[in-house]
Amino acid sequence: MTTTVIPPDSPPSPPPPPPAKATPTRPGDKIFRGLSRGSGILLLVVMASIAAFLTFRAAIAISGNEGNFFTTFDWDPAGNPPVFGIAVLLYGTVVSSVIAMVIAVPVAVGIALFISHYAPRRLASPLAYVVDLLAAVPSIIYGIWGALFLVPYLGGLNSWLDSYLGWTLIFDKTEIGPARNLFTVGILLAIMILPIVTSVSREVFLQVPKMNEEAALALGATRWEVIRLSVLPFGRSGVISASMLGLGRALGETMAVATVLSPSFLFSGHLLDAGGGTFAQNIAAKFDEANEFGRDALIASGLVLFVLTLLVNGAARLIIARRKEYSGANA
Amino acid sequence: MSQATMTKDTAPTPAPVAPSLAGKRLPRWSPIGFGALSLALAVGVGLAADWQSKVQWGLIAAILFVVLTFIASSAVEGTRQAKDRVATSFVWVCFLLAIIPLASLLWVTVSRGLKVLDGYFLTHSMAGVPGFEVGGGVYHALIGTLEQVGLATLIAAPVGLLTAVYLVEYGKGTLAKAVTFFVDVMTGIPSIVAGLFLLSIMLMFNLQPSGFMGALALAILMVPVVVRSTEEMLKLVPNELREASLALGVPKWRTILKVVLPTAVGGITTGVMLAIARIAGETAPIMLLVFGSQLINTNPFDGAQSSLPFYIWEQYRVGSEASYDRAWAAALVLIAFVMILNLVARGIARWKAPKTGR
Amino acid sequence: MKLQRKNRLRASAVGALAVSGALLLTACGSDNNSGGTGTGNSAAAAKNVKCEGAKGKLLAAGSSAQKNAMDLWVKNYMAACSGVEINYKSSSSGEGITSFTQGTVGFAGSDSALKPNEVEESKKVCKTGQGINLPMVGGPIAIGYNLPGVDNLVLDAPAIAKIFNNQIKKWNDPAIVKLNPGAKLPDSAIQSVHRSGDSGTTQNFGKYLGKAAAADWKYEAEKKWPAPGGQGATGSSGVAAQVKQVEGSIGYFELSYATSQSIPTVKINTGAAAPVAATSENASKAIAAAKIKGTGKDLALSLDYATKAEGAYPMVLVTYEIVCDSGNNPDSLANVKSFLGYAASDDGQKILSQHGYAPIPTEINSKVREIIAGLK
Repeated sequence: MTTTVIPPDSPPSPPPPPPAKATPTRPGDKIFRGLSRGSGILLLVVMASIAAFLTFRAAIAISGNEGNFFTTFDWDPAGNPPVFGIAVLLYGTVVSSVIAMVIAVPVAVGIALFISHYAPRRLASPLAYVVDLLAAVPSIIYGIWGALFLVPYLGGLNSWLDSYLGWTLIFDKTEIGPARNLFTVGILLAIMILPIVTSVSREVFLQVPKMNEEAALALGATRWEVIRLSVLPFGRSGVISASMLGLGRALGETMAVATVLSPSFLFSGHLLDAGGGTFAQNIAAKFDEANEFGRDALIASGLVLFVLTLLVNGAARLIIARRKEYSGANA
Repeated sequence: MSQATMTKDTAPTPAPVAPSLAGKRLPRWSPIGFGALSLALAVGVGLAADWQSKVQWGLIAAILFVVLTFIASSAVEGTRQAKDRVATSFVWVCFLLAIIPLASLLWVTVSRGLKVLDGYFLTHSMAGVPGFEVGGGVYHALIGTLEQVGLATLIAAPVGLLTAVYLVEYGKGTLAKAVTFFVDVMTGIPSIVAGLFLLSIMLMFNLQPSGFMGALALAILMVPVVVRSTEEMLKLVPNELREASLALGVPKWRTILKVVLPTAVGGITTGVMLAIARIAGETAPIMLLVFGSQLINTNPFDGAQSSLPFYIWEQYRVGSEASYDRAWAAALVLIAFVMILNLVARGIARWKAPKTGR
Repeated sequence: MKLQRKNRLRASAVGALAVSGALLLTACGSDNNSGGTGTGNSAAAAKNVKCEGAKGKLLAAGSSAQKNAMDLWVKNYMAACSGVEINYKSSSSGEGITSFTQGTVGFAGSDSALKPNEVEESKKVCKTGQGINLPMVGGPIAIGYNLPGVDNLVLDAPAIAKIFNNQIKKWNDPAIVKLNPGAKLPDSAIQSVHRSGDSGTTQNFGKYLGKAAAADWKYEAEKKWPAPGGQGATGSSGVAAQVKQVEGSIGYFELSYATSQSIPTVKINTGAAAPVAATSENASKAIAAAKIKGTGKDLALSLDYATKAEGAYPMVLVTYEIVCDSGNNPDSLANVKSFLGYAASDDGQKILSQHGYAPIPTEINSKVREIIAGLK
């Protein structure tokens, strides 16, 4: 068995496609090729039918909606007349994800640097593993941990932010009550997207050409200068796409938000006041009470979420794809 | 540990420079000293201001540490070194920030979960146990999870495997590019959207909730993960192997089945197991599609089922002490399940890993 | 190649282990929870259950307001009739009725009687009849609060209305002080908690305030929370959990949640001689004055929320079980009759008052039993 000899430090680049003109087609080949091609096509069909089915049900809901789907600040598909709108959900989803990004991205870059450039070598891979473990914890467990443990803990931080940063209005807490607000949700989401942002960034940092770093060191740069001059510029697009992957995840997170947030359909700029909602949380919270039309309305909001995550993920992947070509030429 | 990292000689970047030749350096113990000092100060400030939240204490300590280090270092060593030290401490703080929630989460889950976790809990359902009373167990949810995840794997693993084979061995042109792109995009589909998709199918064809519907949603979430990892593994298989086999006149499909896949089997298994670990904790689609049950139902194709994550959600919502205990115990079971899968998967990956000399 | 075969062997061994492990697991689980955990008195209460012809599974869904009652009945019933398994999914009346009209469940639990259009829809499932409402559980809606040092908080309907629509913001507001002479009311903010989703509890709470405090509560009594301010929580359990956790908070939920979590409840000044506490007996007195407004076999009730009768707690809700009067699914009919028969029996009704619910008055209850016996 000499199968596993691979030239050292070759990145997982695709092997040149095996000679295609090969042998005359045999039935076995045909069947196998058909099968594998078929499952590839099946995936495309699934994606297409997700879009189609959601759009179809959403159309039923939106045509029966007496309010404006985009501007109504209410969710009452069972009411008379039925009205529902995604304004509050869109706002809550974006705001909580942005908070998550603001917290998670710098920290994740820090951890990635720690693992790639600071940690003792022997510790680096166990540490990377520990961070990956964070990703393996199911979101419902983050949810109950957040609701039963984190929320009481953040009460003090909230009132502290309120008293010292209350003048910024966004940190102005106008009512008492536990910290079941968008800010807490943002913190929880930050913890949850940390692993993915970290691991993608780490991969990128490890790909920085050694030559660049060594050149900087030879000129007498400190470690921080090496990172600032050679590692970060090289990894910038990688970090951007990693952040967008994280964003995609934060946008669609359901259970953690549903357990932590105290939802409402009031529009409020005060991040520390309880209330607001996100697409996924709203679906989880309203599903039980919804009749068939209500479920269609939830599907309509799910369609918006679907499109949103599609755009974010697609953009992230395009950036990664472009960077790959670039690094391939370099490494 | 902190001391060791602060010194240049263990840094992964080679060729340590020696700025110590040029000027004075802070003693090696200084990071620890500053750390202790700032922690003490933060505790003092926290006690004085009577802040409830320990989070604040930690934040203050972290900020103090950075400031102290910067001042001391720029006084003794100069600004460039000071910046370097600040960056170092920032990176350390980031790392600690990531460890704290994980440690806290695991600690809370284990300490609270062990309260009711025993043989009775694992082998009994919730049949006839009022939510606010103690008793009952998680067995029905365990069965539900195993069956739904098993079915999802049965669907997703072959499809994912074949798609990856297509992409690596056959794929060319627009179709392959489209599949690659959409597999990537599919990885980012929120689980609730996958649930809604099947829900809309259920509404359309008037189907009843069952474990199988949940399994289908889980399969949608699982396929892209399997494709990605399998793809990576197949790409690692050296081309010489394929060529040698083809040169001997072996048909391509047999080459793939007998040479390529067996070579990559370790990595593929790892990928599939990690995918299983990911879907085992999904709650949202189950909530929409499986109805939930207090009873044991071993038939995933007919009737309501439960699942571990759904059970946790259900018990959390009951909102009494007894049900919180059950929720934590179930969370512990779920975490153990997922972590063991993870550990085993990574073990396999390591054991079967190609020796790249890194 | 040798190495590979070994690996494959090992892999299949692991697989076999997993499969046999799963089989082993399947063999040792049990739905039987009657041993060990049950409380003595309720186990004894289950002796008179008639299991005649009932077997297999019975699926039901609906109101979370009667969840605790349903849990107790199911527990006792299943202890008596070992061949039957009952799965009541408590989510909401809306989902219960939806599942019922789709024919998914044997019966639905609901906080409010079927609306005319829902009756029409039910005729599709009840091929020869229609859906009817059987009042099965009554219960006071308690107002739970968390205010250490204050044990006997008294409020009247206008004060409650103003607290929940954010007009009264402090615990030492004159309106509250006036009702509680001598109590040490703190100068702290009131945090009101309400249901975030649609719920019959909210609707009944709104109906009461609309009748008893018409000047201060001008909202339609709907299932959705109408007023500004306050925090939302999911389900009665969520509201109760939040009140339990947060000092200075107040919320409304079925009394059983207050009992099971020992949350103090508000006494209501109805205009009667003494303020009325939220207890099962007091609620029964209010429900006893209810009139049947349904026709035929339908027993929908209309309640008098503005009652000033001595010791009658006016904020009550009645939850119904919804079944077909005829044309029930033959697979579940025997189970439905037997189970609901137990719930409406003396034993079934008796355990209600021990757990914060109110039994249905005898007069109405006897009609319920008659109709259950005649279900087809």
